Amino acid sequence: MENRQKEIDKLKDYKYGFSTDIENTRAPKGLNEDVIKFISNIKKEPQWMLDFRLKAFERFKQLKEPDWQKPKYPNIDYQDLYYYSAPKSMDDKPKSLDELDPKLLETYKKLGIPLQEQARLNGIAVDAVFDSVSVATTFREELIKQGIIFCPISEAIQNHPELVKKYLGSVIPLTDHFFATLNSAVFTDGSFVYIPEGVRCPMELSTYFRINASNTGQFERTLIIADKGSYVSYLEGCTAPMRDENQLHAANVELVALDDAEIKYSTVQNWYPGDKDGKGGIYNFVTKRGLCKGKNSKISWTQVETGSAITWKYPSCILKGDNSVGEFYSIAITNNHQKADTGTKMIHLGKNTKSKIISKGISAGFSDMTYRGLVDISSKASNSNNYTQCDSLLMGNKCGAHTVPYIKNKNSESNIAHEATTSKISEEQLHYCQQRGLSAEEAVGLIVNGFCKEVLQQLPMEFAVEAQKLVGISLEGSVG
Amino acid sequence: MKEQLQKDFDNTVKNLNLSQKDIEIKKFSLDNFLNKGFPNRKEEDWKFSDLNQIIKKNIGELSFYNDYTYTNKVDTSEFVDGLEHNKIVFINGRIEKIDFNYEKKEQIEIIDQSETINKFDNNNSLSDLNNALTNKSFKIVIKKGYQLVKPLIIYHTSNSKIWSKNINLRLDFELEEDSSLRLIDLFNDTSEKNFFNIFYDFNLKENAILKNYKVDKQENKNIKYSFNNIDQNKNTISETFILSSGSNFFKNEINCNLKGEHSSAFVNGIFSLYNNKHHEIRTIVNHLTENTKSYQLIKSVLEDSSKAAYQGKIFVNSDAQKTDGYQLSKAILLNKDSEFNAKPELEIYADDVKCSHGSASGSLNEDSIFYLMSRGLNYNQARELLINGFLLDVVEKITDSEIRNLIKNMIGIKE
Repeated sequence: MENRQKEIDKLKDYKYGFSTDIENTRAPKGLNEDVIKFISNIKKEPQWMLDFRLKAFERFKQLKEPDWQKPKYPNIDYQDLYYYSAPKSMDDKPKSLDELDPKLLETYKKLGIPLQEQARLNGIAVDAVFDSVSVATTFREELIKQGIIFCPISEAIQNHPELVKKYLGSVIPLTDHFFATLNSAVFTDGSFVYIPEGVRCPMELSTYFRINASNTGQFERTLIIADKGSYVSYLEGCTAPMRDENQLHAANVELVALDDAEIKYSTVQNWYPGDKDGKGGIYNFVTKRGLCKGKNSKISWTQVETGSAITWKYPSCILKGDNSVGEFYSIAITNNHQKADTGTKMIHLGKNTKSKIISKGISAGFSDMTYRGLVDISSKASNSNNYTQCDSLLMGNKCGAHTVPYIKNKNSESNIAHEATTSKISEEQLHYCQQRGLSAEEAVGLIVNGFCKEVLQQLPMEFAVEAQKLVGISLEGSVG
Repeated sequence: MKEQLQKDFDNTVKNLNLSQKDIEIKKFSLDNFLNKGFPNRKEEDWKFSDLNQIIKKNIGELSFYNDYTYTNKVDTSEFVDGLEHNKIVFINGRIEKIDFNYEKKEQIEIIDQSETINKFDNNNSLSDLNNALTNKSFKIVIKKGYQLVKPLIIYHTSNSKIWSKNINLRLDFELEEDSSLRLIDLFNDTSEKNFFNIFYDFNLKENAILKNYKVDKQENKNIKYSFNNIDQNKNTISETFILSSGSNFFKNEINCNLKGEHSSAFVNGIFSLYNNKHHEIRTIVNHLTENTKSYQLIKSVLEDSSKAAYQGKIFVNSDAQKTDGYQLSKAILLNKDSEFNAKPELEIYADDVKCSHGSASGSLNEDSIFYLMSRGLNYNQARELLINGFLLDVVEKITDSEIRNLIKNMIGIKE
């Protein structure tokens, strides 16, 4: 018991809130063609990539920032941001971990992500992204033996242009919404994964995103392609230092699953949420979209959203292939002044497609949480099914929990079922737990974990433990 | 449309006895409408039904001026048989008859508010249109403690004399303490291609009970929009039932403000659509104080290429602890071209509440049909039985037995 208390105390404040003092190479401040050319140039990109970026930027100039979301935020001055920032030591890419700046190694060690492969007990391959560059990718050789490509996207652009050209922008087109288009123009780094036909990826692949530099937006891009009959499980984690300013994080994630392939994408998002009065924190405006392109393909999103000042994202599935399956499991927790507007879109285009949405929202303090989702069964998607369940838990009457589902059924042979509830932790449940000797906080932790269980079960083992702890910590101080 | 509207507006105002100030207010509303135009898909509340397009497609050019100097003959054969009732008769938008013969005269006050402007505020351009163009508007006050002996039926009749017209109606009701009113809105149209824009405002004082049944059963080619605002004080009950079926397009909006403790609101609706009819119900229940309750049940049966949409919102203010809110929408799609859209929304700022919603849509259950056929029914009988049972569930929610039977007869549901 004492140990647990110590652990809680240690983690009470945002434990990833330190920043690393490291020399940076930055692009000039602001957003214009020169900056885009600068980014493209420093990444030694081929012409087609630069064209892609410039085309996106052209489009971006015509787009208006959306304002329909529930959490409002002060205007972002897009000219007052740095769009590229990388540790100076990364200018000449180190060939191995031994050449990597020890400060970077130290940072990741502190974050609990050792980059030395031997230090890793469980076989998880990590791509570590620090501000605008990927600093290290582990277990690459081992993966290559099976034909799996797991590398920073900037390397993939050079080494596997045929794959990148074919799939980049195929799920999130250049002409998508404001933030996605911005990302297409200025994205800096991210992960690229290709699983060849029939291969079951032997280990979890994972990317760890870290924002370090101040005044910088992070725009990473992830592209995962699962070829016919393959399987991959991918994890994503994120942290940032505590700063009084708000920082923008606008990433794009594209998943493509071909015939009989399965992609499982898990996120534990723990960006700095701002302090108790809502000062600072990350604006997490991310576009995540998966395309079930082939028959019998499956994409499953699992997310645990505890960080960020504002979370605004809808990981979606386009179920194009017949018999394809989309799943979305989410826990979103907001405390203090955090705000979240999150959910999913399930777009059924193929026959016999199935989707399932389980969303659990918990709001405490002065926070505001919205589930917003779309289920759209088109007239051609015969015999399709959707099941949606979104539950909200409120703690206190200063916070809000909202549910805004859009349900469209254009096919008479398809079924949609949606249910949502909003409640609080009942006195009876609390009383029962306390009677058995748990403190009020422990009782709440237990009940909340029970509430979230359906989603936590979906996470890979190591992540689930981490996430469970995170759920408890995020709600510290919200009872009593 | 603009010049036509401006011209028709000038003609309408000319016939009214209004002060300069009131004309200014009407003009202001007109300008608001001209700026915004008919609601379209870009507005969140009209996402599922683009009225601008619907009017363009079904009617084309509308005219807004109505000559109310002549009277229309009231056809008594249209009146509901077998149920004694009070009447208000609108024919082509003109009030032809107000008749409270069954009630004590001094207990009901009918105030003609045509000469006073009493603006209806909601954020849509149709209320502006209504404010600008209504010519007669009445307020009906039910006095303290009086409970109407017989129900009131409002006949919304239209005939072939009007064509491509916009008709605006406005009625206010005040139910004083401990009073009650049963109100049926009956739509009887033989006209085609007109746009009706109807606004009701109900104010329920303590312990008042309102039961409102809206019946749009008769096949017609009109476009209708109806907005009910219901303000509820302590211990009040409002019950709204909507049968949405006959018109080409009908959007019913119910806005309930539960302002007093222990007030409750019930909204039940049926969509029974065929051909290419397109109907919508949008409800907003605002729980503004403690211990309030709301219940909504909407069921749809959609044939051919018909389309139904349901947008229901439960809003719970941070003071409204102990709220009980429930909402359920179910739809059966009978044809591959039919479509059901729903947006059941919860917006909740209080923690000690019980709120839930559910929505389901799909085909008729083949297993149930198989079961019934194995018991000797043919396919069509089995289908009809299932659909009737599905809809009966909503009809049974009607608390007034006389009116429940009347409505059952109208839809032809037998027990």
